[in-house]
Amino acid sequence: MSPPVAPPGWSRWLVPPAALSVHLSIGQAYAWSVFKPPLESALGLSGTQSALPFQLGIVMLGLSAAFGGTLVERRGPRWAMTVALVCFSSGFLLSALGAATEQYWLIVFGYGFVGGIGLGIGYISPVSTLIKWFPDRPGMATGIAIMGFGGGALIASPWSAQMLDSFGTGNTGIALAFLVHGVTYAVFMLLGVLLVRVPRTEGPAAGAPAAVTGPQVSARSAVRTPQFWLLWIVLTMNVTAGIGILEKAAPMITDFFADTSAPVSATAAAGFVALLSAANMAGRIGWSTTSDLIGRKNIYRVYLGVGALMYALIALLGDSSKPLFVLCALVILSFYGGGFATVPAYLKDLFGTYQVGAIHGRLLTAWSTAGVLGPLIVNWVADRQEEAGRHGSSLYGTSLMIMIGLLVVGFVANELVRPVHPRHHVPGTDTPQEAADDRREQPESA
Amino acid sequence: MTGENSQSPPSPGRRGLITFAWLWVGVPLGYGLYELVRKATQLFTG
Repeated sequence: MSPPVAPPGWSRWLVPPAALSVHLSIGQAYAWSVFKPPLESALGLSGTQSALPFQLGIVMLGLSAAFGGTLVERRGPRWAMTVALVCFSSGFLLSALGAATEQYWLIVFGYGFVGGIGLGIGYISPVSTLIKWFPDRPGMATGIAIMGFGGGALIASPWSAQMLDSFGTGNTGIALAFLVHGVTYAVFMLLGVLLVRVPRTEGPAAGAPAAVTGPQVSARSAVRTPQFWLLWIVLTMNVTAGIGILEKAAPMITDFFADTSAPVSATAAAGFVALLSAANMAGRIGWSTTSDLIGRKNIYRVYLGVGALMYALIALLGDSSKPLFVLCALVILSFYGGGFATVPAYLKDLFGTYQVGAIHGRLLTAWSTAGVLGPLIVNWVADRQEEAGRHGSSLYGTSLMIMIGLLVVGFVANELVRPVHPRHHVPGTDTPQEAADDRREQPESA
Repeated sequence: MTGENSQSPPSPGRRGLITFAWLWVGVPLGYGLYELVRKATQLFTG
């Protein structure tokens, strides 16, 4: 399948909905928890067992994004979206068969392994294409798509729950729900496959600055540069800090105000978690778009520096004011989302558009690392504090200090990012215009 | 490149396609956001 080239008159505003149709679908992964209790009772599984399809799916997301990125660049976005559609949808259909026949391994293999490949290829499928269509606003363009990944869970969570209510939570009901998910997501993602187009030639879209071509770095060379690994550290630290809040949000707000005159109920805590999801999504589009105006390095200074300050405020004053606690947590989560959404544009600034999707795929291993590191730190520390007889907000003091430390490490790594040395450039792509772009976008490092 | 693709205003057919495409993704997203807001208000009422 050759990359679909846009015909004359094609609008670049058709590309973001194409990307969104894929990201809104695969974002369902974060709503897997809806299926956990029914699966546990229908198939007699433990909590750890019922989490396996999701965990394998996230591992496969990281692996397929890292190893499939170059293929995605070569075959183009339509091929990638087709693979994502087939894998993600087949994953549900295999799971339906697994639930109907009470073969749980088939659900793990289907949703986790096959569907997980769809997650990884689907996640990176539109990135490079969006950046090529919106060279003047790469942060906004990738922000729209990556916001979709957050939005996918918002849609799937109530939708799946309603479906289980209608079909029942026995194995037949679960199988039927998986079947409907598989078919619906296939139809929904088809819009992306049909609509996505690559620009006719390398260059800017309407109204964009004239210069987008310039020094380009291949994915293979990029991973040999310090810039790639510095960004890897930046993303790992930013995501770990966000997960630090996300993982324990409900118990955290309850514990912080347990000994006050206005304790937080379980219902209110659930509302707090929902509000954090909104901040995560808003940060993806809002901060990523802002990065087009103030530059990528500066926006990560905000994510990491102000993020550390917000954690410090929670640690020092969080239990004295509920609005302050909520506000700081919302800002941290908006930075968490912003960090995800801005990184493709940061990669484009450093390595060019040549294989930015593949480089992004390799960088997502930072996400997998943070996904393990964040919950591990927060849960381990909270357990130790509980064992030591602490309660209330003091359960989280050490975790919060660790998060501040991680953000400082990320801040320093971001400060060390410099333009890539010309020896890593693809021959013949150095132009004076690109050098000018570099100076404009990263004046502090020129 | 895209000058040819997108500098000229989209034809009425394309405008319809753009509207359809954004509605295709916007309607489910709107539903998700509505459910989210409903849940988030529990922080202040629950």
